[in-house]
Amino acid sequence: MSMRRYYEFVIEALIFASGIASIIFVLLIFIFLLKEGLMLFEHVGVFEFLFGKYWYPISEPPRLGILPLILGSLWVTFGATVISVPLGIACAIFIGEIAPGWLKEVLKAGVELLAAIPSIVLGFIGLVTLVPMVKKVFGLPTGLTAISGSIMLAFMAMPTIVSIMEDALNAVPRGYREGSIAMGATQWQTIRRIVLPSASSGIIAAVMLGIGRVVGETMAVMMITGNAAVIPMSFFAPVRTMTATIAAEMGETVQGSEHYFALFAIGIVLFAITFVINLLADFALHGKQIRT
Amino acid sequence: MVDVAEKIQVKNLTVTYAGIPALRSANFSVYENEILGIIGPANSGKTTCLRTLNRLNDLDPRYRFEGEVLIDGKDIYRRWNVFELRKKVGMVFALPTPLPISIFENLAYGPRRDGVHSRKRLQEIVEQSLKSAFLWDEVKDRLHESAMKLSGGQQQRLCIARTLALEPEVILFDEPCSGLDPISTAKIEDAMRELKRRYTLILVTNNTKQAARVSDRVAFFLMGELVEIDQTQKIFTVPKDGRTEGYISGRYG
Repeated sequence: MSMRRYYEFVIEALIFASGIASIIFVLLIFIFLLKEGLMLFEHVGVFEFLFGKYWYPISEPPRLGILPLILGSLWVTFGATVISVPLGIACAIFIGEIAPGWLKEVLKAGVELLAAIPSIVLGFIGLVTLVPMVKKVFGLPTGLTAISGSIMLAFMAMPTIVSIMEDALNAVPRGYREGSIAMGATQWQTIRRIVLPSASSGIIAAVMLGIGRVVGETMAVMMITGNAAVIPMSFFAPVRTMTATIAAEMGETVQGSEHYFALFAIGIVLFAITFVINLLADFALHGKQIRT
Repeated sequence: MVDVAEKIQVKNLTVTYAGIPALRSANFSVYENEILGIIGPANSGKTTCLRTLNRLNDLDPRYRFEGEVLIDGKDIYRRWNVFELRKKVGMVFALPTPLPISIFENLAYGPRRDGVHSRKRLQEIVEQSLKSAFLWDEVKDRLHESAMKLSGGQQQRLCIARTLALEPEVILFDEPCSGLDPISTAKIEDAMRELKRRYTLILVTNNTKQAARVSDRVAFFLMGELVEIDQTQKIFTVPKDGRTEGYISGRYG
């Protein structure tokens, strides 16, 4: 009997430890990120860092303004959002509401497959196919531009948007659809007036998580956006994102240098952005539960 | 009794889902301004029959049908526009299915889709329909609150009102009281007796007593077959078929 109780205790303790571990790891990472990142502000002011126009980390003295990098991320993310959100929403509506059974399964598998492609693979396919095409179509000196990155990232955000939104559409009770159809409404009227509004919070969450995916993406953008740390004036100029900067420069900095701390500080900014996006997605999903 | 108009004629109706028969060559008519009760155990084809009449079965890709259904003498597949048909043949479901919008919008939904946009006209329709479904007094002060806040019985009457807002001629009830308490059930039944003056009603019910209480005629379905259809009184006192008697006396089902 006491053996059994002992066994029970060990199992419970193990499960508790595993459960708590994830929180501890997150906290440790967060503390480390803050500790290293905040060191920068002993040397550089917060305002100068966030709104400085020049990123010359290895000049003497280094100039560590990340405005070009923030804008680079914003341009690419904005472009990817504009492309992927309408496409993703339309795709989810087609899969969830319109496609007949077999086609639905094929499309769902396709979307999952798209999600399974490693971003580096999408990156080099983009590099050899999309980049020359952008250069030719728009008549640019180089195809390594924000727009190339946006198109590529749109492909990465699509699966997230489609699969989460499709879940949201599935969660709309069948009775809503039948009730509407039985009143003589057409299928599109039913989708637009009943299904989409009912699933709106899930759709917002899907879009937010898709954007979160885009903001955090590194390899593909590093390969095809040109990596010029200058303030981008249009979609057809090369840009460099925050993620690409960290990935490209972390290996070459001297530990404990201003440059090193600055890269961590960029990490904090990225963390803050994705945190806010996830929080908004969470609010959108949670808001639903309160209403019904 | 013979000179009543036949509103709906069902001829040799056979329905299958994915090849599995749900209804086998049913023949019957529904007269104008009557309540036809449809009784029978689960999976006997009652709901299938109902969902064929307003072509709601079309939504199920596995659904196939043979035979003919005429409403006002016109074939529902060949001579009716499906959206017009669904407006003329309203449906109230087993579980109340208010849409997740306000009471007013639930009622205005159908007319709006039909092209009615005048605020004044919509208000008239809403008030009139709610009165006909005996719900107006209970909700007139909160028309703009969510319909989800109503009680189950109120929601079901809202669904009836919603159907009435489209000025239908036939109303199909698919076990409308299965989730309701006796008081709410009585209110729905009162509403049905009143509605019969202006509409033709078909009531599918699992509750044999309910069929006896409200319907003029009763049809008994068993395993996809229409066993018997006759005056309510005859069905419940001198049924022709032994299986009908067995079902209503509670021997099975």
